[in-house]
Amino acid sequence: MNITGKIYGINGPVITVRGNLGFKMSEMVYVGKQRLLGEVIGLKQEETTIQVFEETTGLRPGEVVEGAGKAISVTLAPGIITNIFDGIERPLQLIGEKNGAYIPRGVDTDLLDKKRKWDARITVKPKDAVTGGTVIAEVPETPVILHKVMVPPNTDGIVLWTAKDGGYTIEEPLVKIRRPDGSEETLTMAQQWPIRVPRPIQKRYPADRPLITGQRILDTLFPIAKGGTAAIPGGFGTGKTMTQHQIAKWSDADIILYIGCGERGNEMTNVLEEFSKLTDPRSGNLLMDRTTLIANTSNMPVAAREASIYTGLTLAEYYRDMGYHVAIMADSTSRWAEALRELSGRLEEMPAEEGFPAYLASRLSAFYERAGYVENLNGTDGSVTIIGAVSPQGGDFSEPVTQNTKRFVRCFLALDKALAYARHYPAINWLTSYTEYLLDLENWYQANVGAEFIPCRNELLNILTTESRLNEIVKLIGSDVLPDDQKLILEIARVIRLGFLQQNAFHAEDTFVPMEKQLHMMKIILYLYEKCKDLIDLGMPMALLREDPVFEKIIAIKYDVANRELHKFETYRQMIDAFYQGLLETNA
Amino acid sequence: MSIEYLGLSEINGPLVVLEGVQDAFFEEVVEFVVDKNSRKKGKIIAVDEDKAVIQVFDSTDDMSLKNTHTRLSGHPMELGLSLEILGRTFNGLGEPIDGLGKIDPEVMRDVNGLPLNPCTREYPRNYIRTGVSAIDGLVTLIRGQKLPIFSGNGLPHDQLAAQIVEQASLGEESEEEFGIVFAAMGVKYDVAEFFRRRFEESGVSSHVTMFLNLSNDPVAERLITPKMALTAAEYLAFEKNMHILVILTDMTSYAEAMREISASKGEIPSRKGYPGYLYSELATLYERAGIVQGREGSVTQIPILTMPNDDITHPIPDLTGYITEGQIVLERSLHQKNIYPPINVLPSLSRLMKDGIGAEYTREDHQDVANQLFSSYARVGEARDLASVIGEDELSGTDKKYLEFGTGFEQQFVAQGMNENRTIEETLDIGWRLLQILPREELDRIDTRILEKYYDR
Repeated sequence: MNITGKIYGINGPVITVRGNLGFKMSEMVYVGKQRLLGEVIGLKQEETTIQVFEETTGLRPGEVVEGAGKAISVTLAPGIITNIFDGIERPLQLIGEKNGAYIPRGVDTDLLDKKRKWDARITVKPKDAVTGGTVIAEVPETPVILHKVMVPPNTDGIVLWTAKDGGYTIEEPLVKIRRPDGSEETLTMAQQWPIRVPRPIQKRYPADRPLITGQRILDTLFPIAKGGTAAIPGGFGTGKTMTQHQIAKWSDADIILYIGCGERGNEMTNVLEEFSKLTDPRSGNLLMDRTTLIANTSNMPVAAREASIYTGLTLAEYYRDMGYHVAIMADSTSRWAEALRELSGRLEEMPAEEGFPAYLASRLSAFYERAGYVENLNGTDGSVTIIGAVSPQGGDFSEPVTQNTKRFVRCFLALDKALAYARHYPAINWLTSYTEYLLDLENWYQANVGAEFIPCRNELLNILTTESRLNEIVKLIGSDVLPDDQKLILEIARVIRLGFLQQNAFHAEDTFVPMEKQLHMMKIILYLYEKCKDLIDLGMPMALLREDPVFEKIIAIKYDVANRELHKFETYRQMIDAFYQGLLETNA
Repeated sequence: MSIEYLGLSEINGPLVVLEGVQDAFFEEVVEFVVDKNSRKKGKIIAVDEDKAVIQVFDSTDDMSLKNTHTRLSGHPMELGLSLEILGRTFNGLGEPIDGLGKIDPEVMRDVNGLPLNPCTREYPRNYIRTGVSAIDGLVTLIRGQKLPIFSGNGLPHDQLAAQIVEQASLGEESEEEFGIVFAAMGVKYDVAEFFRRRFEESGVSSHVTMFLNLSNDPVAERLITPKMALTAAEYLAFEKNMHILVILTDMTSYAEAMREISASKGEIPSRKGYPGYLYSELATLYERAGIVQGREGSVTQIPILTMPNDDITHPIPDLTGYITEGQIVLERSLHQKNIYPPINVLPSLSRLMKDGIGAEYTREDHQDVANQLFSSYARVGEARDLASVIGEDELSGTDKKYLEFGTGFEQQFVAQGMNENRTIEETLDIGWRLLQILPREELDRIDTRILEKYYDR
């Protein structure tokens, strides 16, 4: 029997119920005649406080609040991939078909399609012992994702009966087990999991494999590990969303979970349209076949925005449990923090910095700690990588969300307004960004890309740092007075910035670059640097070197050498040699 | 439902408290009759059992705890709509103020609106030619976009908005049904009058619906004005298949009004005293732009906001920039150089531009030219900084070229007449003419093929 109460007060998304009726913290409740979804967030002797995930316009005091008897949960079953949900896992596509252009309140749609039959192949047989995480059936969910139906965590027993291979809905029984205490339990494809509780794992591994993104500045300068955490802070218009789109499109994760948390509606529409057309360079299948979208746009209810992050995490962890590498794009965590602030204000809690609640830091850390490269309960390996965009107020990184995020992530990709204004994209500032994963990933790079990769990368960063130091001088006295070897550094840094760091997301070849080409590009730039240095050491002026189009040719490599034509790098090497010889002969 | 409640239990600024009410619901509209003659409207903003906090959309000056009769309307704030609203002027509550009588509504709509489902949106792709080079060339406006003008006091944002409206609606698309919804929030009488006159002069006033809340009108009414306007816009666009341009001015006054009401409610302030829900509130307005699958019409928004102290990091422009699809930033130093429109292109941006330009829509070289102009103009800033330290004469040859390019860019590309309506070809050709000032090897953002085709033309 579920507990019921009556609404006493309403203040925006927060309602109160008189008295302590025995609701539990975080319990899911249905509010009012329209049965709006809510969650218990405060309990006192005199009153129960509930946040409602939908607009509360039209609610009256006295309407019934009914407890669901469980914490706010999501349904986990086939049908998640390629779908688009709101912050509390309601399928927007279905709602659109049923209710038209707008999202009405209190829509009572099934979270997942309950009528569709999925092809299941049962993987256990009677008398098998199963524990939490054991795969009981396999269902091809999309052409790329084989969905593994698992025994829910914290459940074990002996298989009594199994269904035959064939088509089943997510509610039909697949397996019956007897638990150690003698009770019987029927398992279906669907299971429920509370969104605020991390799904259990066996153990965590160190993060020593990179998430390859095909984006040069990320893979080469600031790599992210699989199971790692990264933050992308930047003022508006600096390209947070574009960077996240690029990672979502091209990274080598098996599954992408894109959480649009308090962002623009048109952006989500764009992702939906684009991902339904683009193909994955690795598998050749549609990107949408490995993607799930959670869209809680900025005009959707604020409490659901707060929940959307956890919904996304729980879905990601579920697929990780099957042994997949999942990458979460959370755009933007600042909107989530602001939702916390807004609700905290409604609850009249004591504000800390900038009006944010004092628990902002602990919530952020709990969020990022749910990432990781792990051994699952069923012995498979999987990972959840979290890449969170941060939208600092006024583009000022000293504000609380950016500062607290910085403490809990290990890769920080700072977007820069000045670069964005000059349309240098991705506008990641190479001086203020950092990654802590480089040491962890060193072995992988040595084994899989080449021993020279890390030294080349360090040399590149070194030139860029020197450039910034020289630029300080140039700002004061102009570049003409610098000695030639320093002029060369400026020129090579320019080649690196334009030819390597800048990457055109709209160019068919340049939008994704494999690791081998990245290494080749670095090597050719450094080769050019080496040869030029020799010439300058021989006393040739930089002005003379610059007359040759070789610098522009190297910059254009990103467009001129296709990802499959790596042999062409040899001709560039010969071109540099010819340039070197030519200058030597004419000016000897 | 017509129970009348006599008296009030508290009055505090624009907020009143009524006790002993039955069946009141959140966001319900109430009507007051003060001293049996003057009528006012209000909205319930919090209920606690039988106690309702009501925000009055008018001054509470003549109200006392005894002389007021309150009646619950039984519905949230609604606006009556029909095609008659075109050519009419309303106050911030949607009541006609042009002396032409009431309109006969075809439907009543809840002004709060509902969120558009991202699955039923159509991604905007058709560009709107405004005839302003800086906008068409570099910050292209797309039908269904929300593109605010970030301005400052004393800058010609009203002229620019009026020019955009006139030239966009007069363009080659003029056979299509277009309409303009204009919402004034706390602007001066002169500003509202300026727009009215400009619409009249250009002959579009029969397609304009105006909602006016002037600076001396009640503050609480200001909070409902843009919702009225957007409800009207959605109706015209998605039910009457019209292409609607919505001008919202001034968003700063709207946010100020929200702060004022929030303070009198005793809410915990976040940044600069603005309430924590400023972002959500602004978003519910801005997100009401767009195109819906299967419908002909569109809602394009041009909100105008004046940045307090010209500070783009102030919460109002800051939060706006995070919601809208770009921004057009006006710059005081350009205005002082007598450049109209004084658009600083570097911080300006149109997020939807990339998908609405190019061979299919404008011209194949558009994206490349735009990228190059941005990048070269950013270089101009560096050259100018250097020149101010070491003097112009000491600059290298390339830097001198950049200075020349910068002046040309501001005076020929950005600057234009208040009635000058340039085609996209003209705009791009001016761009190329300016880029020719620079040495060819400096043009590193342009595809080699396009450079060959256009550079020497």
